[in-house]
Amino acid sequence: MSDTHAQTVAFVRQEMLPEQPPPASEQGVIKWMRQNLFDGWLNTLLTVLSLYFIYKIVAGAWPWFANGIWTTSSLAECRELLEGGVGACFSVLTERWNQLLFGFKYPPDQYWRPTLAFVLLLIAMAPVLFSKKFPRQMFIFTGLFPFIAFWLIWGGSLLTPLVALLGFVAGYVAFKKFEYQSFAMGMIAGLLATVIVWWLGGFITGAAPGFMALEAVPSRDLGGFMLNIILGTVCVSLSLPIGILLALGRQSDMIIIKWICVVFIEFIRGVPLITLLFVANVVLAYFLPPGTNFDLVLRVIIMITMFSSAYIAEVIRGGLAALPRGQYEAADSLGLDYAQSTRLIIMPQALKISIPGIVNVAVGLFKDTVLVSVISMFDLVGMIRGPILASTEWNGVYWELWGFAVLLFFVVCYGISQYSQWLERELATDHR
Amino acid sequence: MKKIAILGAMTVAGLSAGAVSASTLEDVKARGKLNCGVTTGLVGFAAPNANGEWEGFDVGVCRAVAAAVLGDPTAVEFVPTTGKTRFTALASGEIDLLARNTTWTFSRDVDLKFEFVGINYYDGQGFMVPKELGVSSAKELDGATVCIQTGTTTELNLADFFRANNISYEPVPIETNAEAQPLYLEGACDVYTTDASGLAATRAAFENPGDHVVLPEIISKEPLGPLVRHGDNDWADINRWVLNALIAAEELGVTSANVAEMSASAGNNPEINRLLGTEGTLGEMLGLEADWAKNAIMAGGNYGELFEKNIGENTPIGLARGLNAQWTEGGLLYSPPFR
Repeated sequence: MSDTHAQTVAFVRQEMLPEQPPPASEQGVIKWMRQNLFDGWLNTLLTVLSLYFIYKIVAGAWPWFANGIWTTSSLAECRELLEGGVGACFSVLTERWNQLLFGFKYPPDQYWRPTLAFVLLLIAMAPVLFSKKFPRQMFIFTGLFPFIAFWLIWGGSLLTPLVALLGFVAGYVAFKKFEYQSFAMGMIAGLLATVIVWWLGGFITGAAPGFMALEAVPSRDLGGFMLNIILGTVCVSLSLPIGILLALGRQSDMIIIKWICVVFIEFIRGVPLITLLFVANVVLAYFLPPGTNFDLVLRVIIMITMFSSAYIAEVIRGGLAALPRGQYEAADSLGLDYAQSTRLIIMPQALKISIPGIVNVAVGLFKDTVLVSVISMFDLVGMIRGPILASTEWNGVYWELWGFAVLLFFVVCYGISQYSQWLERELATDHR
Repeated sequence: MKKIAILGAMTVAGLSAGAVSASTLEDVKARGKLNCGVTTGLVGFAAPNANGEWEGFDVGVCRAVAAAVLGDPTAVEFVPTTGKTRFTALASGEIDLLARNTTWTFSRDVDLKFEFVGINYYDGQGFMVPKELGVSSAKELDGATVCIQTGTTTELNLADFFRANNISYEPVPIETNAEAQPLYLEGACDVYTTDASGLAATRAAFENPGDHVVLPEIISKEPLGPLVRHGDNDWADINRWVLNALIAAEELGVTSANVAEMSASAGNNPEINRLLGTEGTLGEMLGLEADWAKNAIMAGGNYGELFEKNIGENTPIGLARGLNAQWTEGGLLYSPPFR
């Protein structure tokens, strides 16, 4: 074309053509569908098949759901109203929702207490989960939350959790005072101060049992989804620090500590959770003298915490092992001692690596809390399997109840897993 | 914290080990509450209602004992137990009385060291099959899949029955009655077997009860009764005679409606007088108040009233009295005399 002149061609465009929109098949919904749903005959076939199955499921379930009856007081009445037609009997949920959420013995006029505790739980977790978005002062509330929640859920005098809190504060102050001597001295002083405060506090709480007292609710009366949430939250938050200590202990050079940790982890991991729960419920009762009633919920919390801390320890050990050797050496060369280097250099990196594993354990643990129904505690599953299905009114309702349980658990577990994915993105400092 | 809790528990255990009281009655009185083991839920026998109060036939026994001992039918701490945890709960002292449709067998009485204080329901194991299967006798069930609750006597009876008749079956183990229902309805098993009372309750909850038949064979004796630990005969006596008082009250025509009037003053029937404490010192012999039986009957009515209210023919479960009628009416209920 180099030897052609402008005159030799009939027409030369002087200005740029305006940008044309891409063809209809290459943009928007159609492009997305072509790329993702109908890319080749195999994928088209699979898409059509999937659509067919989804349609079958929805078409089958919709009348059942849409014809659902919400207002009767027994299954027999539901069936009467449906007159042999297809339809759900959601009345069981409207009549027994309180039992499903709070158990059947929690006093109904006190439902605001666990509800409030749950709302406060969200507030207390916010600074932990989204540390960049909330002011650091909120951590004070997070520290206070366990004591507030205990008071709200179990009731009784405010002095009991207050004394427990004071014990921890005194222990911390003593620890700080003696920490400069040595870490171990600090620990001993802290422990001593805590015990002394608790011992003294025992007299005060004994003297004024009615101080700002809420109606006391014994552990046995807790139930429903509330029990699952209590067990899940308490056990996960307790097992994280214990798991970290176990993981560090397992890597320790001190032979006794190392072996204690190894034996503990391997033993717990070698035993099914349900066995530990049976031990908590049944076998411990043999060791305790008749008449002593060592709180069942506390026994269960201890067992589940032991179980999950062993698993979390192994997850964190994986994170520690994944750290390059250079990080340890760099920490040493800065002149940091063991506690400092672990706290400032090793753990932040190891924990970041372990996040998916920890969340995995946490979600599994939360779902495992329904196992307590086997030792005759009335958590969500226990409530459904026992009292509700055994009542003369609701004997025979299954899909509605289990669907409700699935929904509750799915919402919580999906939320946790979405959070962990967000956290991974947030903490990603490598340049991938 | 964890270690402290464990240490604390051990200390408590050590301290109180020395102070174990020998008498269950004293323990219950000191506690002010009866710890009564019940099932985690069995239609008609024990289940909490919408208000969270326990109701049922077995619950009635607990309430009667509490009323007799403490004078208050609501002074009961119901401890729910499963088929697997019930005996350890009783043996370890967590509960004072187990009223959980438990079959009285030799080994449970002798080997497990319990004391059955009587029989509050005569049951027997039966089979339920869908009508369309066309089965009319349990002996035609060769090769059937059978839904069966684990850890119960029904499991063992089933094996005995099929072995004795030289037919084969395939067990489908399940944990609770509530689990068996959908499995059976969806056809996961051809046959559901459990106590006849349970079958009736299960069948009553079906959408079309008429599509299912309970086969005529009753393959076992299942005398269900409350039980206590070995070693405290006074406590066993109290429970035995509370149960007998409920049975005798029906025989003598004492009901929750007329018991207050009858116990106000001694009447013409000396046995009623002795039962209700207007004559003689039966209550004192048990270590209870004179009006112990009156309180027990007031709690939920006599045996017949408890039966009718919870599992009788006017309830959704609709059980006939059958073997559980008074001996005067062709049943097996026969209380020893109050003398």
